[in-house]
Amino acid sequence: MAGFVIRRVLGGIVVLWLISVITFLLFFLVPKTLGSNPAVLFAGRAPSEAAIAGVTKKLGLDQPLVVQYWHFLKGIFVGRHFDAGPDKTWCPPPCFGYSFKNSEPVWTEITRALPITVSLAFGAAVLFLVSGVGVGIVSALNRGRLVDRAAMTVALGAVSLPVYFTGLVLLLLVSYQWRLFPNIHYVAFLDSPLLWARNLLPAWIVLAFLYSAMYARLTRASMLDVLGEDYIRTARAKGLPERTVVGKHALRAALTPVITIFGLDLGSLLGGAVLTETTFGFRGLGKTSIEAISTGDLPTILGVTIFAAAFVVLANILVDVFYAVVDPRVRPT
Amino acid sequence: MTTEPESAVAADSAGATAAKENQPYLDVRDLRVTFRTDDGDVHAVNGLSFGLERGRTLGIVGESGSGKSAASLAVMGLQRGRRTTVSGEIWLDGENLVTASAERVRSLRGREMAMIFQDPLSAMHPYFKVGDQIIEAYRVHHDVSKKAAKTRAVELLDRVGIPDARRRVDSYPHEFSGGMRQRAMIAMALSCDPSLLIADEPTTALDVTVQAQILDLLNDLQKEFNSAIIIITHDLGVVAEIADEVLVMYAGNAVEHGGVQEIFSAPQHPYTWGLLSSITRLDRTRADRLRAVPGNPPSLIAVPAGCPFHPRCQYADLAGPATRTERPTLETVAPGHRVACHLPAEARVRIFREEVAPSL
Amino acid sequence: MNGHDTTGPSPAGGAPAETSAPSLVKPDLRHASAPAAVVADTAAEAEAAAATAASAEADGDALVRVTGLKVHFPVTQGALVARKVGAVRAVDGLDFAIRRGETLGLVGESGSGKSTTGRAIARLLEPTGGKVEFDGRDITHLSARSMRPLRRDIQMIFQDPYTSLNPRHTVGSIIAAPLKIVGDLSGDALRARVRELLELVGLSPEHLNRYPHEFSGGQRQRIGIARALATDPKLVIADEPVSALDVSVRAQVVNLLGDLQSELGLTYLFIAHDLSVVRHISDRVAVMYLGTIVEMADRAGMYEHPLHPYTHALLSAVPVPDPAKQHRRERILLRGDPPTPLNPPAACRFNPRCWKAEDVCRTVEPPLVEIQPGHQVACHFPEERELV
Repeated sequence: MAGFVIRRVLGGIVVLWLISVITFLLFFLVPKTLGSNPAVLFAGRAPSEAAIAGVTKKLGLDQPLVVQYWHFLKGIFVGRHFDAGPDKTWCPPPCFGYSFKNSEPVWTEITRALPITVSLAFGAAVLFLVSGVGVGIVSALNRGRLVDRAAMTVALGAVSLPVYFTGLVLLLLVSYQWRLFPNIHYVAFLDSPLLWARNLLPAWIVLAFLYSAMYARLTRASMLDVLGEDYIRTARAKGLPERTVVGKHALRAALTPVITIFGLDLGSLLGGAVLTETTFGFRGLGKTSIEAISTGDLPTILGVTIFAAAFVVLANILVDVFYAVVDPRVRPT
Repeated sequence: MTTEPESAVAADSAGATAAKENQPYLDVRDLRVTFRTDDGDVHAVNGLSFGLERGRTLGIVGESGSGKSAASLAVMGLQRGRRTTVSGEIWLDGENLVTASAERVRSLRGREMAMIFQDPLSAMHPYFKVGDQIIEAYRVHHDVSKKAAKTRAVELLDRVGIPDARRRVDSYPHEFSGGMRQRAMIAMALSCDPSLLIADEPTTALDVTVQAQILDLLNDLQKEFNSAIIIITHDLGVVAEIADEVLVMYAGNAVEHGGVQEIFSAPQHPYTWGLLSSITRLDRTRADRLRAVPGNPPSLIAVPAGCPFHPRCQYADLAGPATRTERPTLETVAPGHRVACHLPAEARVRIFREEVAPSL
Repeated sequence: MNGHDTTGPSPAGGAPAETSAPSLVKPDLRHASAPAAVVADTAAEAEAAAATAASAEADGDALVRVTGLKVHFPVTQGALVARKVGAVRAVDGLDFAIRRGETLGLVGESGSGKSTTGRAIARLLEPTGGKVEFDGRDITHLSARSMRPLRRDIQMIFQDPYTSLNPRHTVGSIIAAPLKIVGDLSGDALRARVRELLELVGLSPEHLNRYPHEFSGGQRQRIGIARALATDPKLVIADEPVSALDVSVRAQVVNLLGDLQSELGLTYLFIAHDLSVVRHISDRVAVMYLGTIVEMADRAGMYEHPLHPYTHALLSAVPVPDPAKQHRRERILLRGDPPTPLNPPAACRFNPRCWKAEDVCRTVEPPLVEIQPGHQVACHFPEERELV
């Protein structure tokens, strides 16, 4: 088992490294092949000649690609100097790049945006897991009945409605119309847990609405599958009460694929729920990356990309390990 | 409980209800199981009656769609779905399970009556250890500590012939081989010393040498615990090996029921003849062509009117017009031997002797 | 039970073990090697055994000849680099031939390697060692391209009628597929041939536009048979073709296979675990255990005078549909489960479960030797018993 985990972690590190290479090439090589100067892209919108020259020196864009990559990689661990003669900038570790536009290390931007995204993701996750899985189980146990058909119809609707629609509608209603949640802005948890929750609640509901629909359908399908299995029939044949059959035997098997999907979803949610953050005006990772794209702030985009990728890789590793813990057939003998 | 062969067979369904003292341990009367589906009502079991005493083994023979599995699931009380209707009487040790509450039947399930299934790999939960599954089966009916239950589990695994039981009790189902898994399933079923054991195709998925071991084990266990065993199978060889009585089912009903020797040496139903003629045998090289039963098993939604076997029966004309309109009922033709057929008894005996027996 | 005696007739002459290399001249079987109970010079004995085995098979026209066939599946381990740590020796040295027009039954339990053998002969997998000859030609390591024209001559029927037919294709296109690949027929001629095949297997030709799920198990198996016969093959390998069918349907399909063989002059390799079906349909039978053949004989010899202890156990385990007889029969119960071919026992593979095993069984692998005319067995202590 330990070997299994170690192998997965090693594999994850290799994947992350590969992602860093590919991302690096995308940002530093592709523009060159397309004929434009990466320095221009890095210097921000409409830079001056001097700015371009400065950026070229600082980022060492005149050096061979491998050297550039090495500096980039090294910077993540020990920090990096962006050096253009007298104009020196120190980017402390972990250095994911330096945003010249905002004049700060990308890492600083990330650390500012991360708590927002994490709050949003975890709050929504709790909501949609509980509601989605709950509805899915109830539907599966009452297959064909009214409650099942109604739930699945609503789920279909929720899955089909885009977040910016439901988000705006909700915002309109609860924030402006009914004034339940006036003036939504992010309040840090440590500042005031109550306000923190209150401000995030509409965003949580919007995200949860979408995801819980998917999870309800997924759980229902998985549950129905499992309830038809032979070992459920055996459990009943042993004389187990129905609540044990469903709660212990069926649920554990049915939830395994659901948890797997959840891990992956959480991984990508932590990378930034762009639409939700934009709708509600939270500057999480998603909004940060969108802004960076629209202003052409390449270092930030690069940094956030690698960071988000790390979350997804981590989520994958955790899901793999979870599976091995729960399902003995997956474990290496 | 000692029994005599004659009283081991069920009371006539046509006769008066048996007095409680003479009632067999398991007494099924006019059992009907119907599933409502979008295509129509599926009459899985269509009026089945038989009885079984403790210490005896009944082999239920039939093909897919005969209703044999549906009937045994009904006995176990596992047919209580919203779209399922179960009617008739199932008397177990003097108690009618059809009218009993679901909770009462649940308390008997696993304790008085237990079931083992065909595929032991899919029949055990893949996530839980084998020992834990046996412990669970035991603790649901007995209030004992986990430790005591585990001792019992090890004992049971040992009793069914699993080597190194103390260690194997902590293994997972996928770590066992096919034969060992089935033994573990038997151990689980026997954990509460049930008086009735229903085995649904227990050896179909196993190798033949393993099958021999399992059948041997079942025989041993029956002698030790005096349980009534119902073994459902399509393999007539297995029936000959292990059964005391045989019930042949077709389209949801019993067409013939009798002692095992009688059924094999003097069967009286054309379907039984068809089955016996169409199987290959280890001990004979039969004629070049097997005498196959023509046609296919019937749809249980549209069971043929009259005798359900008549469309495939080559003697249907001899049986008269009733065969197309009236369902034959089980009638006693010899002590302990019942047949449901419109053919006159003398005709059946003659046909068997002259036409069927020579080819067997 | 003293295994040293071999009951049954011993070949006249009892020629010494040192025979010359196999010649093309049909040998006098009376001079076949002495009963294997006499453990002489084992190397020469093995050579002689191979010689007699090979030359015995020269009798009759061999459509398929298998020599020393091995199929090993590597077992790998290792995080980043896969290292071979062992092999599943599914088929571990087979020698036999299938004569034209006959039905050879190949029986065994799980782990015996019988299905793998069928696939190796059909070249659905490439043998790891040994040789497979079809119609005189060595097909062991032929490339996919060279193999293609031969595929019309070797066809397979599979066990599960529910999963061996693509549910998205109509019956007509399933049967036509092999013909299209071979490229002989097209258009009307193709359709006519498909109809002809459907009729041949007892199905109505109008059904060619239906989908597999509209048919019963037995009918689906007939479709599988029609597909196998589409290209007019010489050899049909049937891998458990009736195991998944109901009893009454089984008889219909068994009859059909027999009829087709006489009508079309087919040669069958019939792989099964059901010994009674094999008895009905086969001319000769080979019993496999853990990747090797332990006994091979014609039908009467195998069932009435079996010689190998595993065959004895196997035959005694199959119940007969006759209660009185079944209770009278001698029963041999083997302990434990059929072992896996991952780590087969040394020397005689059956020795851990054999009640007759002696030291020689644990150290010397018994070669497949012809004890009686047409009856080969691989055992140091073969003994004739009646078990059916």
